[in-house]
Amino acid sequence: MVEGRALPLGRADVDTDQIIPSEWLKRVERTGFGRGLFSEWRDDPDFVLNRPEHAGATILVAGARFGTGSSREHAVWALMDYGFQAVIAPSFGDIFRNNSSKQGLVIVELDTASVDELNALIGEDPSRLVVVDVETRRVEVPDADWQRAFQLDDATRERLVNGWDDIGLTLRREDEISAYEVRHASPSWAGRVRA
Amino acid sequence: MAGRTLYEKIWDEHVLAGPGETPLLYVDLHLVHEVTSPQAFDGLRLNGRRVRRPERTLATADHNVPTDPPSVPVADPVSARQLEALSENCEEFGITLFPRGHANQGIVHVIGPELGVSQPGSVIVCGDSHTSTHGAFGALAFGIGTSEVEHVLATQTLVQQKAKTMAVTVNGTLRPGVSAKDLVLGIVGRLGTGGGAGYVIEYRGEAVRALSMEGRMTVCNMSIEAGARAGLVAVDETTIDYLRGRPGVAEGEAFGAQAERWRRYVSDEDAVFDAELVLDASQVGPNVTWGTNPAQVVSLDGAVPGPADVAPDAREGLERALAYMGLTPGTRIRDIPLDVVFIGSCTNSRIEDLRVAGAVAAGRHVAPGVRALVVPGSHHVKAQAEAEGLDEIFRAAGFEWREPGCSMCLGMNPDQLAPGQRSASTSNRNFEGRQGRGGRTHLVSPGVAAASAISGHFAAPGDLT
Ligand code: SF4
Repeated sequence: MVEGRALPLGRADVDTDQIIPSEWLKRVERTGFGRGLFSEWRDDPDFVLNRPEHAGATILVAGARFGTGSSREHAVWALMDYGFQAVIAPSFGDIFRNNSSKQGLVIVELDTASVDELNALIGEDPSRLVVVDVETRRVEVPDADWQRAFQLDDATRERLVNGWDDIGLTLRREDEISAYEVRHASPSWAGRVRA
Repeated sequence: MAGRTLYEKIWDEHVLAGPGETPLLYVDLHLVHEVTSPQAFDGLRLNGRRVRRPERTLATADHNVPTDPPSVPVADPVSARQLEALSENCEEFGITLFPRGHANQGIVHVIGPELGVSQPGSVIVCGDSHTSTHGAFGALAFGIGTSEVEHVLATQTLVQQKAKTMAVTVNGTLRPGVSAKDLVLGIVGRLGTGGGAGYVIEYRGEAVRALSMEGRMTVCNMSIEAGARAGLVAVDETTIDYLRGRPGVAEGEAFGAQAERWRRYVSDEDAVFDAELVLDASQVGPNVTWGTNPAQVVSLDGAVPGPADVAPDAREGLERALAYMGLTPGTRIRDIPLDVVFIGSCTNSRIEDLRVAGAVAAGRHVAPGVRALVVPGSHHVKAQAEAEGLDEIFRAAGFEWREPGCSMCLGMNPDQLAPGQRSASTSNRNFEGRQGRGGRTHLVSPGVAAASAISGHFAAPGDLT
């Protein structure tokens, strides 16, 4: 369950280079990326992230095709390090969506009309509480009596709720993997292409 | 039973899933580079895990290596640290690494194919979205994030849901001078940045069959720009001829048997795709992007579009893109002056690309005030080009001839655009700031890039006197 203020980013086609510019990808750490979030836009004092009425928001409301582009998980780390726990948009980049589910960033896909309505509600009163409930798969603005259901596959939902370790789960299937490896010979290049 | 698509065949051969289990896909080849791997190796260390199949893993340094000669040290300490971390990690976990300066080093999507390790029917992953490039070999190849890199390192598998399939059928013949890059820009322009979302695309039809392997790689490379998970081309004799004799493939008679197995990696005649896009190759011309995503494409013969040229819901995006790019609607593309020309990247840095650009550059000179770079995709490409004398041609024409790497494709090594500079680039992304903060990128083919460098504004090779 994510509860908090929402921040209306607007803008369609926000790609991963905008979320976190490549300059930031040189780091070997997993933390500290929040400072790089949307960094090319943050010099502008009017940019929505800089507006005091949206300080402390935990839910980002974005335009269509949010997170298209590169595979950089740094985009997810940056959003989460900054304090976002959920992103609501009409559609998302495929790899970004995957990466988010690994990190526990909740991805909420709503139709464009619902996203517009939500933006209007936040516009009226930026301090409004928005609730993203992963268990019931619903987004709510309680004080406006506004609700929408969203799709979330069972596996991702369970992971968000229980915080499972994907690798640990897969390693429990070690026998299955080993059996596959016995059935399939190593490729012709294995061990031959060397440094 | 209906036939299966190529994607379904590869999926069926690699999926591990008992009833009610999450599908796991077995990974044949895992390519690793410095940017998306350090946090994954850290995760392994934290949990006391090993790399399950180091011999199925290959690493190279490409994204942030400077393209100066290897004797020049990496000046940026943060980049140097990341390159060092890759070397340390590969050493610790027993992974073959081609570091800066190694004879096999290069852009990860250039070296896999040229070493013959990107093979038909395989599942290939890499922490990089342009892994789709390897799909040209009839392999299922796609980009993954760092958590997934860690998952593959530890388990040699990936949690995956099956994608939908789309056929992009290109009938007819490309006109002379029209390249694979123009074709894929046309396809991305038609599909839009989200049109391929949820799909694996198989490129087919007469015009695709007629492409060289390098051309097919260029097309598959940009599948992700239409939002697709991967791009594929079925195996044929072009595929097999390309692979013959490469270091990673079998030798002599054993190669014949290997090739025979590979020939199965085609879609069945009666296979059904979930969606199809049909194009006429003869309608494709030289293309240029005008905006800030790769679907914002216009003909080189055309003009910068205005609000009236797009659907109402695309107007705001168009205006934002025009403002960023510093362009006015109606300006003829050929009248736009350039500051920088970049020939390189995993889309267009292979030997055929350099030959096309070299033929344009020969006996001519880069226009005054234009900086032009040629960055071969790998040391093997560089050596081949030098054996053919292309380096001399480029240097004599005023181009810089640099060392292999991602270079100006993305702004994380010293090759960058300055704010406001405008480039013609053979790479695959024109996002805001992609080539350096405030930089303005137009995506083009190698021929158009070279002709534009000579002219100082956008031009086709045929425009030159
Ligand atoms: S050349 Fe560009 S697109 Fe290709 S791998 Fe390097 S940075 Fe990515």
